Amino acid sequence: MKPYLREKSAFSFEEIPEKTCFEAGYLVTKNSGWRRARPVIDKDKCVMCLQCYLYCPDGVISESDNNICIDYDFCKGCGICGKICKAGAIKMEAEV
Amino acid sequence: MSVTAKNLSREEFFYGHKACPGCGGSLAVRNALKVLGKNAVAVLPAGCMSAVGFNFPQLCFGNNAIISTFAGTASMLTGIEAALRIRGCDFTAVGFAGDGGTADIGIQALSGAIDRGDNIIYICYDNEAYMNTGIQKSGLTPFGAKTTTTPAGENIRGNIRPKKNMFEIAAAHGIPYAATATVGYMTDFLNKVEKASRIKGTKYIHVIAPCPSGWGIPESDTVEVAREIVDCGLWYLAEFYEGEFKVTHTPKEFTSVENYLKKQGRFKHLTAEDIKIIESSRDKKWEKIRKEWV
Ligand SMILES: Cc1ncc(C[n+]2csc(CCOP(=O)(O)OP(=O)(O)O)c2C)c(N)n1
Ligand code: SF4
Ligand code: SF4
Repeated sequence: MKPYLREKSAFSFEEIPEKTCFEAGYLVTKNSGWRRARPVIDKDKCVMCLQCYLYCPDGVISESDNNICIDYDFCKGCGICGKICKAGAIKMEAEV
Repeated sequence: MSVTAKNLSREEFFYGHKACPGCGGSLAVRNALKVLGKNAVAVLPAGCMSAVGFNFPQLCFGNNAIISTFAGTASMLTGIEAALRIRGCDFTAVGFAGDGGTADIGIQALSGAIDRGDNIIYICYDNEAYMNTGIQKSGLTPFGAKTTTTPAGENIRGNIRPKKNMFEIAAAHGIPYAATATVGYMTDFLNKVEKASRIKGTKYIHVIAPCPSGWGIPESDTVEVAREIVDCGLWYLAEFYEGEFKVTHTPKEFTSVENYLKKQGRFKHLTAEDIKIIESSRDKKWEKIRKEWV
């Protein structure tokens, strides 16, 4: 489980909560627009050590079926994963 | 069993947040919550992590989380712990406060909670200044660092005061568990969080969390710099448990302090003499550590 993107972003005045409580993990905007470079994984070089997953501040790297996946909706392109990868499997490519 | 990248919970509880790219504080919060799980109830005072986590309707915590007053992280944890305990809930009360929110403005509430022995985990993510309001000096800003309130110019060269020793201040209360950590050595940090979650009473963890904007480093270098601060001896990884101090990682040989400092914009102005002062205070600290701690 993780917080996920909702369809709805605008709220009418009546729907705005009067108390300070609201549903946890409620996302309405992406962070992809912040990115100047995107991490790209070379599957042949990846040794599945999961260090990129461990050190991503945004938690957007995950593992499925023995592959590393990146959620580009929320990756900010900081480049930490590229530096941490000892196998040299992550390259940062400029966003165009 | 110790926490590793492989066995760490795959769930994410701090997601879609608006922290700057490469923010060390967000890395600490994200992973600590993965260790504590969905029943963690998080308290965040004013500071970057609350500012980037709660922007209605973008609410980035997947677990229960609340913003406290700036000074009141620990007192709100006390209240939450008491209320949920009485209601028979299964939970962990955890606070995430910045260095300003911990060593300056929140120290009284924290001291009170430790004194009462409240069953809470208090994590200070230390980015060494008040970052959310634009880099002002806190009690945890190190000697020599340039901030907007400790400028570097002709007459003074950055902060003239040493960093407050929060870890030993917490320990001096006779706290059940206190530890230091860095986001550069993640599994060390996460195992300390895990250990804290098994101990009853108040737990204090102090984790170094570089801020690329405030430290003047590239956003990709957060982890590297967070390792180097330990490797060069300016920070140490330690625990205080059952009344004893213990170092959890001893560098065989220190790497260069100058290299660590000079790659950061906030230390660029330091002279050779300033660096000598920093090195000799490091050596003095380590002499004491080696003599008195196990
Ligand atoms: C009582 C009070 N004083 C001042 C502020 C303004 N303020 C909000 S965040 C912040 C800085 C927090 O610094 P720190 O605790 O170090 O956390 P960081 O922002 O570095 O994560 C300040 C001064 C406030 N919200 N409440
Ligand atoms: S570039 Fe940064 S945010 Fe994107 S996947 Fe890598 S570490 Fe995560
Ligand atoms: S200013 Fe620093 S601490 Fe605040 S979100 Fe940005 S990188 Fe993180």
